[in-house]
Amino acid sequence: MLAAETRRLGGPDAQGRTMPKVTYVEYNGNEHIVEVPLGTSVMRGAVDNNVPGIDADCGGECACATCHVYLGPEWLAKIGTPAEGSQEASMLSFAAVAQPNSRLSCQITMTPDLDGLVVSMPEGQH
Amino acid sequence: MNAPVHADAATDAYAMPLDAIDVSDPQLYQDDVWQPYFERLRREDPVHYVPDSRYGPYWAVSRYQDIMHVEVNHGLYSSASELGGIQIEEQPKGMERPSFIRMDPPRHDEQRKVVSPIVAPGNLANMEAIIRERTCRVLDTLPRGEVFDWVDRVSIELTTMMLATLFDFPWEERRKLTWWSDVAICNVNAPDAPVHSEEARFEEMKVMAETMAGLLQERAKGPPKFDLLTMLAQGASTRDMPLREFMGTLALLIVGGNDTTRNSMSGGLLALHRHPDEYRKLRDNPALIPGMVSEIIRYVTPVIHMRRTATADAEIAGRQIRKGDKVVIWYVSGNRDADAIVEPDRFIIDRARPRQHLSFGFGVHRCVGNRLAELQLRILWEELLPRHPVVEVMGPPQRVYSNFIHGIKSLPVRIPA
Repeated sequence: MLAAETRRLGGPDAQGRTMPKVTYVEYNGNEHIVEVPLGTSVMRGAVDNNVPGIDADCGGECACATCHVYLGPEWLAKIGTPAEGSQEASMLSFAAVAQPNSRLSCQITMTPDLDGLVVSMPEGQH
Repeated sequence: MNAPVHADAATDAYAMPLDAIDVSDPQLYQDDVWQPYFERLRREDPVHYVPDSRYGPYWAVSRYQDIMHVEVNHGLYSSASELGGIQIEEQPKGMERPSFIRMDPPRHDEQRKVVSPIVAPGNLANMEAIIRERTCRVLDTLPRGEVFDWVDRVSIELTTMMLATLFDFPWEERRKLTWWSDVAICNVNAPDAPVHSEEARFEEMKVMAETMAGLLQERAKGPPKFDLLTMLAQGASTRDMPLREFMGTLALLIVGGNDTTRNSMSGGLLALHRHPDEYRKLRDNPALIPGMVSEIIRYVTPVIHMRRTATADAEIAGRQIRKGDKVVIWYVSGNRDADAIVEPDRFIIDRARPRQHLSFGFGVHRCVGNRLAELQLRILWEELLPRHPVVEVMGPPQRVYSNFIHGIKSLPVRIPA
């Protein structure tokens, strides 16, 4: 069996500020640690750095559920679940592999307190 | 230098008064001359009002972002059968055949969830081997050195086999599924349509429902299984459907699981034939297949439009829409919108972000079988290239007379001896 790999991406921005880090864990266990600018979505952080496993077909309109991720309990408590009856809840309810800790990563915007966020990917983006 | 393929149509599209442009004419799609009409609309009148068409007044929404806006706001732009459903041409009163594509949440959601597990990632992985084995079998029996119809021998054969598997339908009778699919979706005014009136269509759909109802009854009592009939028979929100809803649901699953992929199998080969540099690129690097599959689906755009009905007064790109208005979103046009897609009229098998296209729709009605469609297309090309690196197109395609399904009826091809 292949060992899971870890890849680090990003770096300080033009002003030399470091950005919050997000760890994306692929279904096969491979990890990608990416610095994602504040105000940017977690989906965009993955797509802009070619992290595999986040498709984001709709480009961030919350309209395709192909940027689906799972959150660990502490991050779920911080970020919360989608509002009942929201477009995100609706889209997620069609995802075959949705769990109570599922979110669409296009709907999570990076803030300073999300530094260190870990998101895991489902078996497939559906 | 070659003249532009659509030179005459382009002249017409730009010569006629803007107000006279009506993109609902099925002839535009059968003749494959729709492109300049939409090019002009996107530029000059992206939310275009047609006061008088054979389908009544409607709005033509032609830009990618405006189409996305309508898709996402399903509360404001309804798919409900009672309001007219999802096609510019409405099903006649008393003959409407509702199904979850013609419903809004929450009923749409309940019924969709009954069937969606069949295309869940785990089940797709299970299906891959069987799809591959059949694809190999079909490709291995193709003749060499003689002209044959790619649509019948490959596109229809492969997608019909897939349908038979999804429904667990009697194998030897599987072409019945193709027939019902064609009946369900044809334009009854086309000279070569399988039925020539809405009444005849309704009768055929009833035969389909009766045939399926027999199988459904057996499966209702049987063990839970991963086929569509068992899932419908055992799903709480689908097991007691009224007849017309059962007819509509079967038609949806048969057409959705068949016609669109069929036309992508045909249209993909045609696109490669017309872009020999891309065909060469593919042969040199088969690793491009997954991205190419998305590009084929964009370029072909198997569903031409979807229709919604405004449930309240609204605005799209500055145009005032009234409650009750028919709003038609033209996927063929959005997929050629240069504001959303780089060089949209070119077929580029290795373009960046190939999955960003409108062909599957977006929002709650996004195509439930999109991953299965991609899987079938990927396997077709993975198995075709090593066997038959060149398939020559020997004549023009015959296209379908329809403003809804972007179909290719026949495509003469030859595999060199």
